[in-house]
Amino acid sequence: MVTLGVDVGSITAKAALVKDGKLLATAVIITGYNSKNAGNTVFEKILAEAGVNRAEIEGIVATGYGRNSVSFAGKSITEITCHAAGAHFLNPAVRSVIDIGGQDSKAIVMDEAGKVKDFAMNDKCAAGTGRFLEVMARALEVDINDFGSMSLKADNPAKISSLCTVFAESEVISLIAKGEKRKNIIAGIHESIGSRVAAMAGRLGLTSPVMMTGGVAKNIGVVKALEGKTGKSIEVSEMAQLTGAIGAALIAMTI
Amino acid sequence: MTTDGQTPDPEKEKRKIKSVKKMKEIMTNYYIEAKTAEQTGKKVAWITSGGPVEPLIVMDIIPVYPENHGAMIGASKMGVDLCEKSEQMGYSRDLCSYARADIACAPVNGGPIGGLPRPDMLVCCNNICGTVLKWYEVQARYFNVPLFILDTPFSHTEFSDEARKYVRKQVDEYIEFLETVCGKKCDFDRMAEVGKLSVRGQRLWQEVLDTAAHKPAPMSAFDAFFHLALIVTLRGTQTVIDYYSGLLEEMRERIASGISAVPREKYRLLWDNLPVWYKTKWLSEKFAAHDACLVADTYTSAWCGSLKYIDENDFLGTMAEGYSRIYLNIGVDEMAETVIEMVDKYDADGVVMHSNRSCKPYSLGQYDIQRIVQEKRKVPTLMIEADMVDERSFSESQIETRIDAFMEVLNAR
Repeated sequence: MVTLGVDVGSITAKAALVKDGKLLATAVIITGYNSKNAGNTVFEKILAEAGVNRAEIEGIVATGYGRNSVSFAGKSITEITCHAAGAHFLNPAVRSVIDIGGQDSKAIVMDEAGKVKDFAMNDKCAAGTGRFLEVMARALEVDINDFGSMSLKADNPAKISSLCTVFAESEVISLIAKGEKRKNIIAGIHESIGSRVAAMAGRLGLTSPVMMTGGVAKNIGVVKALEGKTGKSIEVSEMAQLTGAIGAALIAMTI
Repeated sequence: MTTDGQTPDPEKEKRKIKSVKKMKEIMTNYYIEAKTAEQTGKKVAWITSGGPVEPLIVMDIIPVYPENHGAMIGASKMGVDLCEKSEQMGYSRDLCSYARADIACAPVNGGPIGGLPRPDMLVCCNNICGTVLKWYEVQARYFNVPLFILDTPFSHTEFSDEARKYVRKQVDEYIEFLETVCGKKCDFDRMAEVGKLSVRGQRLWQEVLDTAAHKPAPMSAFDAFFHLALIVTLRGTQTVIDYYSGLLEEMRERIASGISAVPREKYRLLWDNLPVWYKTKWLSEKFAAHDACLVADTYTSAWCGSLKYIDENDFLGTMAEGYSRIYLNIGVDEMAETVIEMVDKYDADGVVMHSNRSCKPYSLGQYDIQRIVQEKRKVPTLMIEADMVDERSFSESQIETRIDAFMEVLNAR
């Protein structure tokens, strides 16, 4: 049985094909202006890359912020349930997930079967999200993919105290003006995300092992900051960004 | 769904509460009477939602509620405009949106009913929050009218004798204040009558709310948000008793004929905090789409929650305690106990908490209440951040995801 999961996020759209419980293929594209198109495009891309015929697919679940605009999906399921299912697939021992995506961050606690027991989401504010990092990358003129490695070289992380993205950006600009090193500013940004997400996760009560999912998990600096703030070791799969899509494909098998 | 967009869906029609029409009439007449008070020679008092209205009824003063008006502004989606206006006037966005909307409304007669009638006096009781003190001072200066403040000490764990005496004394001062403003004496026999009517009204309101303990619930919290207006504004009058008696009867009939608020009630949820006035329809449909009914809430039940402290045969003597020990003027432990009692009474599967940016006293203890309820009753809770009137604090897609995810959690249990 071949099933598809499509995760249309605010920054990227992801797709995963699962065949008989095994991961067959994945694809990632930029969501762009039209989330409906993004769903179609990533669908076509994964079919082409996997050499799978559309008719072979027996179930499709959409997730992510654009989940309701994916017209070809049989059902839409929130990214909370999908990330839990995806993380459980990547490592069945995992009991908590921290997912930082483009638009929001979430902490999820699940049972041994990968079912969500409880979750918390950031309040409606971009601080502590992938978008926050993108804004900062622009202000610093640094490729966002270099954020992680640069921050690890910091000798004295800067203090970013503001919780608001816009205010934090002006804080960063003042730090740049003061001649603060980029690596220290970036480390400071990661610390501020770490504090914010750890406070939310702390309210929920994380159970180890903890896995971080979502695109921001690719940033080692954020992972380290989160480990520091939560006092727990956090594992990251190479499939972090695809966890929601994988979970959606797995859930598609059951409905 | 209607097929041609013209004929009303019989299924939906069946579910409509018929008393609504009567309620609209009563509220319309009430506002007409209030707005024409100047012509009819009646006095108007603006009063806080938790304030003791009964003495006003006794003195033939028309009580007007800026908070009820705030709810109307929110429901008419006029909140943002007025909040922005108040911000231009210099008020912080961090202030309560009822206060901001009301303060901005006064000079321009804005809002859905063209502003509230000019007050002859203001009555402010701080049992609901501290903001009302400054809000009413602002309005007292603006309208240049006398202000009476009834100070109800916070009941952390208990209500002391000193507190009881302190508030009781103020009740006398309150009546003296009204006598001075009106230039006439208070009729204490009538006071006793109005007190009895108030208690009867509150009991009836509780009975109406209790019908939702039936499965499936004949009414939802969204219905309660609407029908609440009478117990708030006209408490102590026969109108309230007549109306709620009719409503109660209708609810019992709905139970008897199997009419439920939500077509396929599968999940029963409890709502905490004020409604999100500009999104009640959206929220109600959102939950109904998941076969979930919000069967009860801590908000509408606050207008009958302190009945246990009131002796209907000594209303004036006991109302001090009744008005002091309302839901927002007690400690978090007691609030959590109230929520747990409601979870049990209505057999709720989950709790939805509205973290209301405007209402600090209501929202402050929610994380603790959430934890206590989860520990003691193992029911999941959902927290949504919004504001009762200011739509700028509502993020639809985020809240939609939270509700969907919460329902997925309930469904998987």
